[in-house]
Amino acid sequence: MSSGPSALPAAVLPEFAPTRFRDPQIEMAHGAGGKASRKLVEGLFAPLLFGAAPGPLGDAAHVDIDGTIVAITTDSFVVKPIRFPGGSIGELAVNGTVNDLAVSGAIAEALVVSYVLEAGLPTPILEAEVRAMAKAAREAGVRIAAGDTKVVEHGMADQMYVTTTGIGRLIGGVTIDPRSVRVGDRILLSGPIGDHGITILLARGELDLEANLRSDTRSVLPLVQAVIQAAGPGVRWMRDPTRGGAATSLNELARDCGLGMVLFEDQIPVRDTVRGACELLGLDPLHIANEGQFLVVVSPEYADAALNALNLAPGGSEAQVIGEVREQPAGTVLVTTLYGGSRIVDMLVGDPLPRIC
Amino acid sequence: MCLAIPGKIVDISPENQDSAMVDVVGVRRRIDLGLLHDDKPVVGDWVLIHVGFAMSKISEQDAAEQMSTLRMLGEIDGAMQEVQGYGLDEVN
Amino acid sequence: MRFVDEFREPELISKTAEEIRRLAGTNRHYRMMEVCGGHTHAIYRFGLKDILPENIELIHGPGCPVCVLPMGRIDDGLSIANDPDVIFAAFGDMMRVPGTLGSPLEHRARGMDVRIVYSPSDALKLARLNPNKHVMFFAIGFETTAPSTALTMMRAKAEGIQNFSVFCNHVTIIPAIRAILDSPDMRLDAFIGPGHVSTVIGCRPYEWIAQNEHKPIVVSGFEPLDMLQSIVMLLRQLRAGEAKVENQYKRVVPWEGNRAALKAMAEVFQLRPYFEWRGMGFISQSALSVNEKYAEFDAERRFQVPGIRVTDPKAAQCGEVLKGVLKPHQCKLFGKECTPEHPIGALMVSSEGSCAAYHNYEHRKAAMVSLSPMA
Repeated sequence: MSSGPSALPAAVLPEFAPTRFRDPQIEMAHGAGGKASRKLVEGLFAPLLFGAAPGPLGDAAHVDIDGTIVAITTDSFVVKPIRFPGGSIGELAVNGTVNDLAVSGAIAEALVVSYVLEAGLPTPILEAEVRAMAKAAREAGVRIAAGDTKVVEHGMADQMYVTTTGIGRLIGGVTIDPRSVRVGDRILLSGPIGDHGITILLARGELDLEANLRSDTRSVLPLVQAVIQAAGPGVRWMRDPTRGGAATSLNELARDCGLGMVLFEDQIPVRDTVRGACELLGLDPLHIANEGQFLVVVSPEYADAALNALNLAPGGSEAQVIGEVREQPAGTVLVTTLYGGSRIVDMLVGDPLPRIC
Repeated sequence: MCLAIPGKIVDISPENQDSAMVDVVGVRRRIDLGLLHDDKPVVGDWVLIHVGFAMSKISEQDAAEQMSTLRMLGEIDGAMQEVQGYGLDEVN
Repeated sequence: MRFVDEFREPELISKTAEEIRRLAGTNRHYRMMEVCGGHTHAIYRFGLKDILPENIELIHGPGCPVCVLPMGRIDDGLSIANDPDVIFAAFGDMMRVPGTLGSPLEHRARGMDVRIVYSPSDALKLARLNPNKHVMFFAIGFETTAPSTALTMMRAKAEGIQNFSVFCNHVTIIPAIRAILDSPDMRLDAFIGPGHVSTVIGCRPYEWIAQNEHKPIVVSGFEPLDMLQSIVMLLRQLRAGEAKVENQYKRVVPWEGNRAALKAMAEVFQLRPYFEWRGMGFISQSALSVNEKYAEFDAERRFQVPGIRVTDPKAAQCGEVLKGVLKPHQCKLFGKECTPEHPIGALMVSSEGSCAAYHNYEHRKAAMVSLSPMA
């Protein structure tokens, strides 16, 4: 989350600004990336930390340092279990921040990392994670410049929490702004959704479910660069749909630009196994977290070029046009089917809960 | 009450005949066959799964019949339209 | 996905929708109630209302076991689990349902041991894994789910498990349908019957609806083609002036039901003389409780249950919406005091409750100017 440029009214000191968050206590839902998270950010953090009228909240902030724009972002990783098919908390921590910078139109130059470690954590586990981060950073082309460590009592921190903060320079040739989205723009998705969230759910071992599935964690920077190179002037908005899934990201966009996001169900890429797991549990793939995909909204003139560039780039072969921007239903995400049916997909409230009814 | 999914039995535990592994497009889940004692399924059968229990065997024949009934709907409709084209109006 | 994808084939769906339009004509208005919450969910998930003609009105019935559970029962269950040695286990559907002091998830945030399970067997497994704690399974659901709870309790007894109990809120569908039909302001032409409940109870229990009440009922599957085909079958009956029970979901529903499942239920449960249905008042013989033989697994007998009764605010018109007399948005509290995030009445609580579904889906679509079908 971050704010756009704004001026503080002189009358209100930031620490005395009024807040709008009325929930009496913090619940798990507030961290799930959906409606509750947004309420917390917009109602408590934004008024106090970002000043009045912060503008749409993006993945990264652009800070002007004497005329040079630097992109900066931060993210915490509290995943459990910390190792899962396809990756671990270390990779998530690197790729997640690199991706947040990428979809804001920036190349990550350096990360700093902060570890909160649980007392009793076996050293080999920590070492494995740090090696994983080193490898992920090398593969993502970013250096890890500095770090910090704290240790907390046994029973806290679920073995470890990792926070990474990244800075980067702007790629140029692109302006990411939800307010630039227009009717007729196309919505593109870089690849299949749901892999990461379902992998984690299965890795927790609480369900009697097994599947040959891996987290999709990776740096999307090369794909983002390919899109910008081929279609930069037509790119309006990008986002990596992590917690809360693609539905939440697109709902935020719909709200920020006041237009409708109409998706074509048969064109949304989802692996069979993810589909099967979602059907079994009563979940919607659009609400499931991803760690290696991104959404991009492109003007119609540049849409073909963008899709082409994605499909040709390594790891982008499954990219699809999944929908388009329309005037109605305003501020809403609508999924349509080939036979003319449609349903509204809302933002997630809290974590997706499996259902039996 | 109503979320139930078709799955194919790929394994029945030798130690416990009520414990079976089903496959749903590559997702495998252990389920309980305890409610199907009157009509025990075998490996390869399809069952309807609800809250980890098999509720019923799925009849491939009935499913196929249903599909052909549905396809015929369209054909009957097409035939009706042809008949209407001959001036024999259908009373609606 | 086999037995799923075939019944979602877009071309066939369009063709069946055409047949429905042809049969429905324009002269008559048809009111059909789908009883089961799973069907309500399917209607919205597949956008079926978009392809049905305007003169077919789908009324959402009371078949949502989460929605009809009185808040007092949630309070009772949570009060048992207030003990640090008790684990509260329930399906995901229950986790956000508000009790007077908050939902199970909110209780978990305050330190209660609350676990989501996906099967009653998971709850029993928790009991085996935690011999020093007591696992209380908060059971909900209609006859679809009750046999699985019953079988789990039979296994618990056979194994001699001491630290497991069930807080039983299982309800039965027939009395609910009867209450709907007995309601003076009810105007329904036909029923879309609950497909999965029927895998257990079969189709016979619906015969009185056709014979005594002269309403057609078609037991339906949950895929789009299932529901559309069921509507075709209902229209054919209605146009011919017939009233029969038909089984559209033949591939899964046996006419005689599942004897083994019914036996398991009879082994463990008994009928409560009456039970309160949120929004509908007390309905006799409409719910199950644990019988004497399995008393050791009955949470209501093992623990002191406060027996709290919480009444919904008078302004909440849940009952009328449940019976199809009012549309959700016609309730005075809809969308204002009562929303999915802050539900006041039963039907806003679960995502398949009529009001929640209407709020999340229909409401905003109604605001759209037009929706052109995709080619």
